[in-house]
Amino acid sequence: MNAMIATSAVGKKYGRQWALRDCTLTIPAGKVVGLVGPNGAGKTTLLQLAAGLLTPTSGTITVLDGQPGTSPAQLARVGFVAQDAPAYARLSVAGHLRMGAWLNPDWDGAQAEHRIARLGLDPRQRAGSLSGGQRAQLALTMAVAKRPELILLDEPVASLDPLARREFLQSLMEVVAEQGTNVALSSHLVADLERVCDYLVVLAASRVQLAGEVSELLASHHRLSGPRRDPGTLPANQEVIEASHTDRQSTLLIRSDGPVLDPAWTVRPVSLDDLVLAYMSRARDAGNSRRPGLEVVR
Amino acid sequence: MIEFQLDAGSGVATYLQLVQQVHQALQLGLLKPGDQLPTAQQVVARLAINPNTVLKAYRDLEREGLVRARPGQGTFVVRTLPRTDPAAQARFLASMTEWLRSARSAGLGPDDIEAIYRTAFRDCFAEGVA
Repeated sequence: MNAMIATSAVGKKYGRQWALRDCTLTIPAGKVVGLVGPNGAGKTTLLQLAAGLLTPTSGTITVLDGQPGTSPAQLARVGFVAQDAPAYARLSVAGHLRMGAWLNPDWDGAQAEHRIARLGLDPRQRAGSLSGGQRAQLALTMAVAKRPELILLDEPVASLDPLARREFLQSLMEVVAEQGTNVALSSHLVADLERVCDYLVVLAASRVQLAGEVSELLASHHRLSGPRRDPGTLPANQEVIEASHTDRQSTLLIRSDGPVLDPAWTVRPVSLDDLVLAYMSRARDAGNSRRPGLEVVR
Repeated sequence: MIEFQLDAGSGVATYLQLVQQVHQALQLGLLKPGDQLPTAQQVVARLAINPNTVLKAYRDLEREGLVRARPGQGTFVVRTLPRTDPAAQARFLASMTEWLRSARSAGLGPDDIEAIYRTAFRDCFAEGVA
């Protein structure tokens, strides 16, 4: 297997509105992938396409070399935790595990019970009375116990307090350490993903803005500051992602495959947070300026 | 055993931070040949980071010949980094201090001096990269 998720020009339209368009990605297997983007960027749509809950309007998507949701075998290979960790409020924790055992052929009941005990959850407690963090952990336990090769999580920590957030991500990483599971999770906050992801996909305005290994993204982006100059005079291998100027000074965020040698610049590393924000605002600005042009073409 | 720390938002990749911390511990003599590095599980439990990141750092260190993974046991230090010669350190500290004094008496302020240092530092190390 070479790709966790591979898409080719995949798009999904609701009515006349594209939720995701022209998305071409090859996410290598064995990764923890973060999908970041503002609300409405297409993160949930991409995850639901990968889970097989949606079918694309155009293009193709394969998950672990199979067609999402087309066979019981493919469904068993992928675990999906929807937004806000849904659970049946009136069903007990133990009831959830029994249901999981009924519905999933490879259910690992012993592991699920062990996890519940380690989390200190009372099996008789109804899911409706669990805290947000506990419910998220229950949902993760359900997803892990079906022993999938890939777990998809839609905004798993958005509604959790900082401590529950950290505990949840820790549990998730322990699963990765123990079972080598592929993971894709979404968040609109980079800070949530920075520690856990080794691959990042930035979505904005229904399109992929950036995708790559986190370590390579950090190594290839730099913040330059120095005397004011025209970004057009930079070497060809330096792409300007963001530029701001005062009358004397220029500050640029660039992508470059080589080191920056020009001594006029002060070069600083870029945090993942700043990097993602730069791509998002570039997408927004491009959208604003492109819109009238598109109308003329059509 | 060493404990890793993370500087979030530094712009330095997490795996690189781990590699640098092992280098530093070797240089300072905090880690010696035969010492074990924390397992990926231990680092995950402490820092809530991706285990792949820990393994990537350890692979880098292994490629440098500093550590070796023994299957089923863990990752161990096999070689140390040469500690900087204290006499050389003292000599360069003295010449740097003298240089700083002469720069100051020529009228340069701390910011000028730092800018010169940064530029010279980058020129010097960029040559090695380019």
